[in-house]
Amino acid sequence: MSLLIGSFTIGLILSLLALGIFISFRIFDFPDITAEGSFTFGAATAASLIIVGVNPLLASLIAFFAGMVAGSVTGFIHTRFKINPLLAGILVMTALYSVNLHVMGKSNIPLLNETTVFTWVENFAVRISGADAKSTLLGWEVRTKDLWLLSFCMTAIIGFCVLLWWFFKTNIGTAMRATGDNDQMIRALGVNTKAMIIIGVAISNGFIALSGAMLAQYQGFADVQMGIGMMVWGLASVIIGEAIINDSSVGFVIMGAVVGSVLFRLLVAIALRWGLNPNDLKIITAFFVFIALILPGILKRRRKMTLKRDDNA
Amino acid sequence: MLKIENIKKTFNPGTINEVHALRGVSLEIEEGSFVCILGTNGSGKSTALNAAAGNFVVDEGKIILDDIDITNWSEHRRAKYIGRVFQNPFSGTAPNMSIQENLALAMKRGKKRGLGWGLPGSLIEQFKQIVSPLNMGLEDRLENPIGKLSGGQRQALTLLMSTVIKPKLLLLDEHTAALDPKTASKVLDLTQQVITRDNLTTLMVTHSMQQAVKLGDRILMMHQGRVVFDFKGEERKRLKINDLLSMFDELRRKDNFDPTLASFLVDNYV
Repeated sequence: MSLLIGSFTIGLILSLLALGIFISFRIFDFPDITAEGSFTFGAATAASLIIVGVNPLLASLIAFFAGMVAGSVTGFIHTRFKINPLLAGILVMTALYSVNLHVMGKSNIPLLNETTVFTWVENFAVRISGADAKSTLLGWEVRTKDLWLLSFCMTAIIGFCVLLWWFFKTNIGTAMRATGDNDQMIRALGVNTKAMIIIGVAISNGFIALSGAMLAQYQGFADVQMGIGMMVWGLASVIIGEAIINDSSVGFVIMGAVVGSVLFRLLVAIALRWGLNPNDLKIITAFFVFIALILPGILKRRRKMTLKRDDNA
Repeated sequence: MLKIENIKKTFNPGTINEVHALRGVSLEIEEGSFVCILGTNGSGKSTALNAAAGNFVVDEGKIILDDIDITNWSEHRRAKYIGRVFQNPFSGTAPNMSIQENLALAMKRGKKRGLGWGLPGSLIEQFKQIVSPLNMGLEDRLENPIGKLSGGQRQALTLLMSTVIKPKLLLLDEHTAALDPKTASKVLDLTQQVITRDNLTTLMVTHSMQQAVKLGDRILMMHQGRVVFDFKGEERKRLKINDLLSMFDELRRKDNFDPTLASFLVDNYV
């Protein structure tokens, strides 16, 4: 059960990543692979700042802005120089690999003995309920400390979701959604679509970097490789969320991304528990996203074929 | 009001696909005038409209709207003064957003969009009043995504959206061409109503001579990137479809010449 709670918490942390992917991929239809670099960039920035004694909350905030900078570079080279979105993302992602090594100074920074946001939560939990307190959750015995971490993450994520939902309902947020939906129309209504894309991709990567920063603090290290496969991971979360919450309004889609992320992480934890080789994780994730991408088309064709057969009969 | 001075545009210059879309178009349109542009395929009529809207920057010439030189303005900046309806009924609305969100976006045309609430409740009543004259029952479906509506309904909404904030100039690009005849005539009636009500300065591209003769107070005919006929005032009022048809025939006969010879003859004798 303790394992499940851990997965739940990591799922919540990675839901920030899913929200970022949701913004670029679903709102702007912009397959933004910068995510792989900016996830690590967030982790690297936060970790390097924490080991020199910066307040972990401030370090996470700076990581968020670092991600925004990376995202706006991608957005800028895409809109200004008309570079294909995927290629623009690949360029920035590749460049970020060097940047990350410079920021960290080495390929791995351990944070186990540092004060992170989660150490604060743990210390708080210990002060409230004692170091080795146990609680029961649905009849299972779990460490109270883990429950505190979980509820902290949950509160934070709900806060971010509300913030994001509010943003996409404002005038500028509505214009952003329209940019992804029909850019010709919204340009004719006086919106600078290039600026919308740059700001949108920046916000997306801000969330992705924050996710990286949080994961580094939770697992106790930042690694230069930790971003690999993260875009597909986020996509899988978004797709699962959409399948579960079948509603296209902004609020529900945001909720879906979070639910999808948690669920996906739980599924992975269970699969690993059952003896799945961790090395196969990425190929299975990729295959899963592949299926999820082609499934709607296949179903549509099948439906059309049955309709045709009915017509002929 | 709108002054276009000798604008030229060549697409793909220096390549095998080089197209001289506009070869020097000059136009002056008075305030409140409703101009129809006719022309064969590839005559440059839509290109002229897109030049005014700012889809691209012209190679030469000037575009002046209400004494402001907008030649080098970007499309979204010009949108403050210009309302547009496109040929494709799906181009003018955001399909996955609701009718009311689309209308709210249109209410902000050319205005600053900040962190204020995008869809204030106070607007809903106003939206109902805007769409109810369409008699399409849309006032009860404001929350539905626009993508679920028919092409005609979407085109009617696009027209309302482009004029909900009164534009200095309304550009209509064959906006009924993709609709079935019955819907087309409905949208056309609505167009005329809106233009008369707000006394809008309008530039409409059409390939239908019937529409051109029925609507508006001035007819321009374009051919090979130039304005070849311009009828206004009394002359326009006397114009019949047959006159336009014979002009088209004349143009077509000219086309049958070798193009260089034709332009030589036009330049020297016409």
